[in-house]
Amino acid sequence: MATGFFATDFGILILTLLKSLALIVPLLIGVAYLTYAERKVLAAVQLRKGPNVTGPFGLWQPFADAIKMLFKETIIPDGSNRYLFLFAPVITFGLAIIAWAVIPVNDHWAIANINVGMLYLFAISSLGVYGVIIAGWASNSKFAFLGAMRSAAQMVSYEVSIGLVILSVLVCTGSLNLNAIVLAQRHIWFAIPLLPMLVVFFISGLAETNRAPFDLPEGESEIVAGFFVEYSAMSFALFFLGEYANMILMSGMTTILFLGGWLSPIPFVPFTWVPGPIWFILKVAVCLFVFLWVRATLPRFRYDQLMQLGWKVFLPLSLGWLVLTASVLEIFGWLPHA
Amino acid sequence: MPLLDRTARSFLLLEILSGMAITLRYFFKRKATLNYPYEKNAISPRFKGEHALRRYPNGEERCIACKLCEAICPAQAITIEAEPRADGSRRATRYDIDMTKCIYCGLCEEACPVDAIVEGPNFEFATETREELLYDKQKLLDNGDRWEPELAKRLELDAPYR
Repeated sequence: MATGFFATDFGILILTLLKSLALIVPLLIGVAYLTYAERKVLAAVQLRKGPNVTGPFGLWQPFADAIKMLFKETIIPDGSNRYLFLFAPVITFGLAIIAWAVIPVNDHWAIANINVGMLYLFAISSLGVYGVIIAGWASNSKFAFLGAMRSAAQMVSYEVSIGLVILSVLVCTGSLNLNAIVLAQRHIWFAIPLLPMLVVFFISGLAETNRAPFDLPEGESEIVAGFFVEYSAMSFALFFLGEYANMILMSGMTTILFLGGWLSPIPFVPFTWVPGPIWFILKVAVCLFVFLWVRATLPRFRYDQLMQLGWKVFLPLSLGWLVLTASVLEIFGWLPHA
Repeated sequence: MPLLDRTARSFLLLEILSGMAITLRYFFKRKATLNYPYEKNAISPRFKGEHALRRYPNGEERCIACKLCEAICPAQAITIEAEPRADGSRRATRYDIDMTKCIYCGLCEEACPVDAIVEGPNFEFATETREELLYDKQKLLDNGDRWEPELAKRLELDAPYR
């Protein structure tokens, strides 16, 4: 579709770089303002006002925090594995950003519209556990190590049910291409026929991103800050950004799989005029609000409750629903033949 | 059917949803926060803040160096030295309060027979050095001059309950 300069190999490279930039910059701003939104939402629920001094409504707060982080000293503990220690936050942050390559924010608006998009996302989000494990191991601290072990077990457990939930969406679409998954929801969002799966997916997403009520890897009251106790300054900031970027990614995945991506929720004229990316951003914002809302509401799970929920409830539930979905599709002859 | 009831409740996330409804209600409630440096709360006439030494309306200092406050001070924060003045009246030559020792109990104020030492409404007297918190007689008298209108009003308001 591109002509002239952008059709050459070098041109495509430049174009991809520009596209990446156009994605990463809003993403990072989104991450920055997610931290602000989190503080505001938590404050509001607790009848406080939250940051409101730096700039109008405290809107410069994320930048003040960023500047503070930049000017602090990165402390590398004695006895830690220096290179792994510094590499771990880069992995976490990098993976959280890389996954966005396949997320379509509008029809064919993805940096890479690949046919195995869903598989790619799943693979990248599974790799996320490495950042945490490496951080916990390289810190050479027992708290960090405990946090990393918890985190690894938790992320692996919930990945299983996430996989099954994704499968139940995939049997409905017959395609791993994220663009096709969204377009398959033109008539009805998967949130309606697959509502229980949306709930399972969202709760597993909370566990996957180590968010409350499944924030045991951090577990302030028991293990200080979990796998990133030893981190400071920019390396800490990278973990922090990675965690929030992962939250946005999870919300993006929820949006694409269940909430019809960039499609307008009401298929009539005044709503279909609104450009797709706006709908996409709105839907992601709603998901993110639920993330924060849940954090403001629920206390932390106990570790055995977490494992029980993952393996004894979500796994059979999602497996059963997958079989049910497939059976219904087969019996009524609705199976997509893509 | 308690088992079925319980299972249905947990699978429909009823309890979690009702909890979330409550937090959502609080989300829209009026905030309790006071924008402190710009907004301040009303304080009681009995508020025990920064100390001050008061004067009589004619400008004579009230303190007669009886040392009752020094004696009662549980933190031993007050140091007084007294000598007769040229006109023969007994006055303090030294009246020091170590504000870093003071526990703001208000016993000095209660012990004072002439309402000389009082604790005022001011609670914003943080300093950058420790030494600035070692108040001497001059500093306390200056505080008294600065806060006198409010000090008198507070004593009057609290008088019926003393």
